[in-house]
Amino acid sequence: MTADLSFWAIQALNALQLSMLLFLLSVGLTVIFGLMHFVNLAHGSLYALGAFVGVTAAGLAGSYWAAFVAAPLVVMLVGILLYLTLIRRLRSAGPMNQVLVTFGLIFVFLDVFSIGWGDIALGLAEPELFSGRTEIFGIVYPTYRLFVIGVGLAVLGILAVIVSRTQVGAVIRAGVDNDAMAACVGINVERVFFWAFCVGCALAGLAGVVAAPVLSVTTDMGTAILIPTLIVVVIGGLGSLKGAIVGSLMIGFVQTFGAVLAPELAAILIYALLAGVLILRPAGLFPARG
Amino acid sequence: MRVLRGSLMAAVLLTATPTLAQAEDYTVGLLLPYSGVYAALGEEIDSGFTLALEQRAGEIPEAEITIVREDTEVKPPIALSKTRKLVLQDEVDVLVGVVSSGVLGAMRDFVHQSGTPLIVANAGNDDATGKRGSPYITRLSFSNSQVSRPMGPWMAEQGIESVFTLAPDYAAGHQMINAFTEAFEDAGGKVVGQDFTPFQNTKDFGPYLTTARASGADAIFAFYAGGEAISFVKQYESFGLAEDVPLHGTGFLTSSLYVESQGSAAEGVITSLHYAPAIATAENQAFVEAFSAAHGRLPSEYAVQGYDAGQALVEAIKSGATDRASLATALSEVQFTSPRGPVAIDPATNNIVQNIYIYKTVAGDAGMTQKILGVVEAVRDPAQSAQAVQ
Repeated sequence: MTADLSFWAIQALNALQLSMLLFLLSVGLTVIFGLMHFVNLAHGSLYALGAFVGVTAAGLAGSYWAAFVAAPLVVMLVGILLYLTLIRRLRSAGPMNQVLVTFGLIFVFLDVFSIGWGDIALGLAEPELFSGRTEIFGIVYPTYRLFVIGVGLAVLGILAVIVSRTQVGAVIRAGVDNDAMAACVGINVERVFFWAFCVGCALAGLAGVVAAPVLSVTTDMGTAILIPTLIVVVIGGLGSLKGAIVGSLMIGFVQTFGAVLAPELAAILIYALLAGVLILRPAGLFPARG
Repeated sequence: MRVLRGSLMAAVLLTATPTLAQAEDYTVGLLLPYSGVYAALGEEIDSGFTLALEQRAGEIPEAEITIVREDTEVKPPIALSKTRKLVLQDEVDVLVGVVSSGVLGAMRDFVHQSGTPLIVANAGNDDATGKRGSPYITRLSFSNSQVSRPMGPWMAEQGIESVFTLAPDYAAGHQMINAFTEAFEDAGGKVVGQDFTPFQNTKDFGPYLTTARASGADAIFAFYAGGEAISFVKQYESFGLAEDVPLHGTGFLTSSLYVESQGSAAEGVITSLHYAPAIATAENQAFVEAFSAAHGRLPSEYAVQGYDAGQALVEAIKSGATDRASLATALSEVQFTSPRGPVAIDPATNNIVQNIYIYKTVAGDAGMTQKILGVVEAVRDPAQSAQAVQ
């Protein structure tokens, strides 16, 4: 193994890039979990939908940026549709029914992708603006990966300000903390839930379209990302923004450096981390409610 | 829908004029993944197979071929029960298909014991025509080590002294890398590092690519297929490794099935495989034209495997085989000219003997194409053990 500093710096950027992708996915899922006590296993499918919509939008408009705008919007609309038709009815149906229905949705989406976009893996070209490589601090790194990191940090910054500094944020925190009490003081908790769900879906779509140029777009991409995302949410603690970011960073770094330092263990390290956290802190590192 | 179609019994009559008195009936069980991760490969093989039967139906006018399609779903237990159904209930004369080596492994004993001939149209596990071979299993596709082995001496001849290898961590990945490593080191090269990435679980190849560059190797040799191949080739390109460690591998890396999704990232990748649409023979040009006319895109190696499975069946029927036993014997003796060049079955293993093409993926007038750099003719696998084929 090399002792070259730039090698480790590039690996750290690789880890950060993966973390940001996981963060975009897990933040939506954790807020929906924490706020609505709702288990949405189809979250990964919404991510895949974002990637597929992105491929189509980029093909129609001839530009990556059309995909970048269209994917979150379309996925949010699909999310709203799901909310109105299924999820609202399931709100009081208990976690087992929710798991079953959203698990079923995964298969519905798989077939929708297969029928709509075919079974051959697709790709999405990087935007012209962020193609190639950039040199920072003497390290040459793919520009698009820096863009992924940038998008993740931007979303993190915006969400952090909204949650901690605005009235909407206060309402969300109140809802996560104690929804019955929040309802008593005149907050329309259900409406807050609805908007949080929409934002969560849009972020899943955003993650899909941001990931698509790095990865390949396949029908099973949503199911493949679901497990790491769930692990992030469980490690971080349900419903917590801080938990989502810390969990994403931990998984991103453990997976990347695991692949470098102990490649034969790479496949199981994140599960070992999950087990370790659950033993020491069963509610996750930063549970939203105390 | 595909599931439905796959599991439906589709009686396809492909005869020209079944007027002769001694019409011979053949039932073919086409066992492919029509759903799941390999659905695209299943469709491709099916297309090739039916094309061959359509084109060559005139040569066997007295034969009436019925195809029964079953979906393996890429799940070994499901595939095994579908095999039983085809053999016992539909009483097929011959089985064709199988994409996944895991599925083939599960079916092998039943196929062998029931004495049903099986034409393997993809599954490349070396053992299927080696340690776990059977006189009833004839492979018309490739074996894992057959496609990667010729790359060893070829790369050494190009002056490449050290290589870093990358492949997914499952049987095919290990077999391809081991065969390459052995051949490359025999030719005087050295494998300075290797990583096996978690199969179908690796999204980010960045860490591995960075390690490969830092290893100081002259080149990378890699095997990936499908979605993983697209991610791998695109990420390789984005890290700008082409100057330091040029990418080599088996041709699944830049299969014509998805090379357009990789686009310019695939340019310059050098790979070895048993087929490339750019092969300049009359047989291949005719095949490419017929396939493109029907499907609007170039055929892949999977299509050619299906096509040759069909051709092998036609050849066997032409030679006078009528039942399971005679079909099995006839299949292991077929030889014909395929779009991929002359092919024959090796009596020692029941695996195909074929040319391996070494080619570079380049940008052409209508999308990506291949520039053939070398041909290794009549590549055959060493027989793995004496009791392989009884």
